[in-house]
Amino acid sequence: MALPPHASLGEKSWHYCYLIICALIFLFLIAPILVIIPLSFNTEPYFTFTYEMLTFDPKGYSLRWYDNILTFGMAEPDRPRNNAWWDDVWANAAWFHAFKNSLIIGIAATTFATVLGTLAALGLSRPEMPFRRTIMALLISPMIVPLIITATGLFFFYAAAGLAHTYLGIVMAHAMLGIPFVIITVTATLTGFDHSLSRAAASLGASPVTVFHKVILPLILPGVISGALFSFVTSFDEVVVVLFVASYDQQTIPLQMWNGIREQISPTILAVATLLVIVSIALLTVLELLRRRSERLRGLSPG
Amino acid sequence: MAMANKPSPETETTLVMADGQPLKKALTRAMRRARLRAFLLVIPLLAFVLVTFALPIGQMLYLSIHNPVFSDYMPRLTAYFNTHPEEGVPNEEGFAALVLDLIDAKKNRTVGRVGTRINYDRAGSSSLFKSSARKAAKFKGPSYKESLLEHRQDWADPKLWNVMRRAANAHTFDFYLAALDFTHDANGNLIKVEPERRIYIMLFLRTFMLSTLIAGLCLLLAFPVSHLLANLPLRYSNLLMILVLLPFWTSLLVRTTSWITLLQSQGVLNDLLVAIGLIGDDGRIQLMYNQFGTIIAMTHILLPFMILPLYSVMKTIPPSYMRAARSLGATPFTAFVKVYFPLTIPGIGAGTLLVFILAIGYYITPALVGGSSGELISNQIAFHMQSSLNWSLAAALGAILLFGVILLYWLYARLIGIDNMKFG
Repeated sequence: MALPPHASLGEKSWHYCYLIICALIFLFLIAPILVIIPLSFNTEPYFTFTYEMLTFDPKGYSLRWYDNILTFGMAEPDRPRNNAWWDDVWANAAWFHAFKNSLIIGIAATTFATVLGTLAALGLSRPEMPFRRTIMALLISPMIVPLIITATGLFFFYAAAGLAHTYLGIVMAHAMLGIPFVIITVTATLTGFDHSLSRAAASLGASPVTVFHKVILPLILPGVISGALFSFVTSFDEVVVVLFVASYDQQTIPLQMWNGIREQISPTILAVATLLVIVSIALLTVLELLRRRSERLRGLSPG
Repeated sequence: MAMANKPSPETETTLVMADGQPLKKALTRAMRRARLRAFLLVIPLLAFVLVTFALPIGQMLYLSIHNPVFSDYMPRLTAYFNTHPEEGVPNEEGFAALVLDLIDAKKNRTVGRVGTRINYDRAGSSSLFKSSARKAAKFKGPSYKESLLEHRQDWADPKLWNVMRRAANAHTFDFYLAALDFTHDANGNLIKVEPERRIYIMLFLRTFMLSTLIAGLCLLLAFPVSHLLANLPLRYSNLLMILVLLPFWTSLLVRTTSWITLLQSQGVLNDLLVAIGLIGDDGRIQLMYNQFGTIIAMTHILLPFMILPLYSVMKTIPPSYMRAARSLGATPFTAFVKVYFPLTIPGIGAGTLLVFILAIGYYITPALVGGSSGELISNQIAFHMQSSLNWSLAAALGAILLFGVILLYWLYARLIGIDNMKFG
């Protein structure tokens, strides 16, 4: 990107203008996410920087909103913090309850979506698959169809099928929403897959199951894992379907945030949001490591 | 026919397997088995998606043309309407059917739902049905028409009877008409609703315009950034890519919360503007709960969906093309317009369509930062699902939106191909 030495003055000034524009756009992308992190340590119940915060006065910062994540919804939050207090957190704290639900639903839906999605991607990536494009289009469509429409349909369907307000119903819905991501990432991995490897294994006497376990799976594993991560994030982030078909018992973190923003918005939301940003940084790191591993395995030059 | 006695070349040169069967036949069978095996792998998922996705949406579409509330809970009156097709206020026989149905509906606690159903088309009917049903049990004798009219004069309104007559048809396109701001007048003619109630066409148009604007803004912001990412050495571009991928991976609600924090009238942006003296403390700008809030938050949220496809296309354009154009005498501007830009069009198409498709179905962000002037059609669907409980209208609005999305999806599949969809 460096300018050649013969660049004219106009070109030079345009080049620096361009770099500044890019920097501003990057700022637009990242600043809203970073700005909530310091604000979540605010002592005051405000959504803006106080004078104490700007002068880095320790009095301006506190962990009270993080503490509030634990105490919100508890029966007796002011008791001494012994084992009984922690039992109260485990049983009653609203955010903790939502976190447990998000984790249970997310893991169940991801497992379901990854197993079924990987099997289907194996079938879809075979050249002899009939109606390939049509079926692919149908399987991807949950990602494209607006969530509000899917949620409306599920609302009526679950009411009739007795699946409303059940964990099973939400797990099924989230698995369905995660499947397109698994299909896309796994088929993308399989396009670079050399099918003569599995033929070679078969000709050496391996059963189809052995071929899958020893040859195919290790090679497509990065695609499977990143598909699973996508589908987990989809479930962990999904609120519209949960809003329509869940009751309080199945309240997830996004739904609790949604209720928090609509009813009594307090900086506790910012504390939760900060924790979620840390989770996304962790996921991003895992994904980047996977990408490097798969590039190394395929003998591509490392980035 | 002269050829008939000549042995056909096929039988003469047929290759056979070790067990004697023709190779061609064995190959066809093997191909069929391979097809079946591929299909079997897909079957479980296909069945799952059909049941949890296609079936519910089909059911919703059916609900938009089928609302049996009235015909189920008011069977006698429905039968009366079927045998007496004339319009207007009926005679004693019709009123008798109405009163007996009201008494039953009261007993089965369904009168509220019937009242709500009529209330969609005629305001105030909900309370009319409830009070009349309460009263109906006390009516003595056959002069039902007189007693009911004595209770409430509304029952002499021919418009009410025409509304009930139409509601008695379980299969109806009335909800689609309502979703397009049409209704029936007292004589059953199709008319537009009163100007102040024409909201759906306006909302569909607004959804379309805002999505176009958001897709345009995303393109404008994504283009320079993608160009930079595609042309920097990998060392740097991988680092900068984190700035794109982190928002992409961050929860939608977290990003919406961030924008609420920034845009509030007591929020960070307004405070900053006050601090540097651009506006006074009493002149804080309303940045949120209007269209501006929706546009800026959705542009931020959807921007990575534009950058990623654009980047992957720009990555494949060799830098030597631009150098070649320059060395042949093109100015930087001409080289960009004639050489570089045309090569990025597949990426522009993919990104714009993707952002547009995602934007027209957005619900969460407009609901939280949009206020009433920034709400989109999805918010009305949610309103009818959760508050007004006019589910058939919600389904009809959803069906129109779905039709638009499927059209765009088809376009996407034709122009770009679903196989080319990638993330990260």
